[in-house]
Amino acid sequence: MTDPFTMVGVSLEAFTSIGFWTGVGIIAGTYTIFALGLQLNVGYTGIFNFGQAGFMAVGAYSMAILVTETGIDFWLSLPLAIAITMLFGLLVALPAVRLRTDYLAIATIAAAEAVRLFALNATDLTGGAQGLFGFDDSWDEVSDTIEGWLESLGWSNPENLFPLFLVVWVVALILTAIMWRIQKTPWGRVMRAVREDEDAARALGKNAFAYKLQSLVIAAAFGAIAGFFLALNLRFVIPDEFLPIFTFLGYAVLVLGGLANYWGVAVGSIVFWTILEGLRFIDLPVSEVKISAIRFMLVGLALILLMAFRPQGMFGKKEEMVLGD
Amino acid sequence: MEAGALAQSEDLSPFERWREAMRDRPALVTLGFVGLVGVLLIVFEGLQAVADTALTGLSTGSIYALGAVGLTLVYGILKLVNFAHGDFLTFGAYMAYILSGSEQLGVPLVVGILFAMAMTALLGVALEKGMWAPMRRRGAGMLQLLLMSIGLALVIRYAIQYIWGTELRQLDVNDTATVDFLGLSIGRIFLVVIVVGFVVLIATGLMLRFTTLGKRMRALSDNLELAETSGINTSRVILWTWILAGGFAGLAGVLLGATTQLQPEMGFELLLPIFAVVVLGGIGDAFGALTAGILLGVVIEWSTLVVDERWKTAIGFVVLILVLIIRPQGIFGKARAI
Repeated sequence: MTDPFTMVGVSLEAFTSIGFWTGVGIIAGTYTIFALGLQLNVGYTGIFNFGQAGFMAVGAYSMAILVTETGIDFWLSLPLAIAITMLFGLLVALPAVRLRTDYLAIATIAAAEAVRLFALNATDLTGGAQGLFGFDDSWDEVSDTIEGWLESLGWSNPENLFPLFLVVWVVALILTAIMWRIQKTPWGRVMRAVREDEDAARALGKNAFAYKLQSLVIAAAFGAIAGFFLALNLRFVIPDEFLPIFTFLGYAVLVLGGLANYWGVAVGSIVFWTILEGLRFIDLPVSEVKISAIRFMLVGLALILLMAFRPQGMFGKKEEMVLGD
Repeated sequence: MEAGALAQSEDLSPFERWREAMRDRPALVTLGFVGLVGVLLIVFEGLQAVADTALTGLSTGSIYALGAVGLTLVYGILKLVNFAHGDFLTFGAYMAYILSGSEQLGVPLVVGILFAMAMTALLGVALEKGMWAPMRRRGAGMLQLLLMSIGLALVIRYAIQYIWGTELRQLDVNDTATVDFLGLSIGRIFLVVIVVGFVVLIATGLMLRFTTLGKRMRALSDNLELAETSGINTSRVILWTWILAGGFAGLAGVLLGATTQLQPEMGFELLLPIFAVVVLGGIGDAFGALTAGILLGVVIEWSTLVVDERWKTAIGFVVLILVLIIRPQGIFGKARAI
């Protein structure tokens, strides 16, 4: 047993600090992008992608490797990394979307774990457990410029990470708006038809297989973009940031916001991460390991209760939920 | 041995022949293939190394199989992909640790094992009564159940982390004693794992095939509604399924803990290899789980002769993905759309 020690500091103080909200905001924005991909897969296409953390890993590592190993410009590395991740997504999707729903869940989680173990063990390429860093110089310049603007607006000595906060939310909201708009197009309607009844969609001449592929590949791209922000936030990329639990957290964000509702993702993400990060400050006389254990026990409990009593989440439509298999 | 079956299809390309053989006799082809790999390894790496790793593989394979048999029964009967099953193993290991952990109460491990099995079975029953049965009555969908099992996995794992912390812990076993035979040397605890695994799994396979309970379980696995209308007390059979699944998971967890170390993620880390065994062996098939578990265990251990040991876990995932792509109905299942 570890020695119990008393947590010092008053919990409420944290919630009034700009640093806390910037930190929570960046994670919430990152997970909004992350879970938008899941929303497209689960909420609108009816495929249970449990490998989103793997796509995030491929995106973040591709960017970091391109910048640090090959010396490609950071801004050029971003579209390249997205393309690589989409290609990887296609590679996973080609066999996976033929599988039954439950098998697809297992196959995608296995693919994600294979990526993580590759990153952990291919030390020459990925730096192994130490990971990669030093890829964000170009971002720092932009960040400084934004800080300059903030200062000229009258905010003396702005929060260091505030520019990242602004950028991640601009990107998250633009992507949400695009997905929300796209869902109203014929393409979006076919997606939902595939979710509701694949055979009926096929009978109408729609290529359900191709639509499912597109769904997973687009989700992979969202994973990659979330990976960039994760990497910029931490300033390094390590395998432990891509454990399966992060996909599960993405699902918690998704079902909290509600299935089949793109704007719900952002709200779900903000609520989820405010609570989860706020729980760091619970004032209990126990060790940090125990506090962290309590936080994740509560996530598990919340998932169980949410699925038992309000599976549609905050803003989901019950009639649009994929209930059967 | 496969050549005879293929004599009539001479105009096929080698790849097509292989596919055809895979379709007709998947178990034979797989065993033949693994046997061939074994022979090649003996030629290049020597008999001693191959036999040693095969023994280790038998031991890890027994643990996979024990873990898989519970998962496969629950999966077959309730169509529930229980992501918390790996954490059942962890739960079992820590239950045994209470009694038989090093520097704990000093109770013999046999008693610890029985206690762990009973407690994990109890956990399974409690969760069935409190969570799964009510959800089934409400007609919950697959995604709901899947996410609930993930939530449950988190609750179990982090409750264990809350109580025992993240440090590595050990069960009180003699891990230096060895047994020698045929010029091979194996740790006594590994031999115990192999024997226990084989005995329990063969007994389970026979039970499923010949006893009334086993027949009822298979009936439920085929069609739950039909079993219910034909007068089987399904909720009772389901309860027994959870008792078996929990008990075997507890046993597998203790054996895993006895051969390695205890930490809160130990079971979850085994979940994907166990899924691989379930799929490979065919859902609901105890003998299939045994064979597939041994196969996977041996293949993973043999892989360490060729590639660095750190890739061992990744090999398990690669096997899982390959099985899902090539033969999602398992090597014993009939060729039907999955």
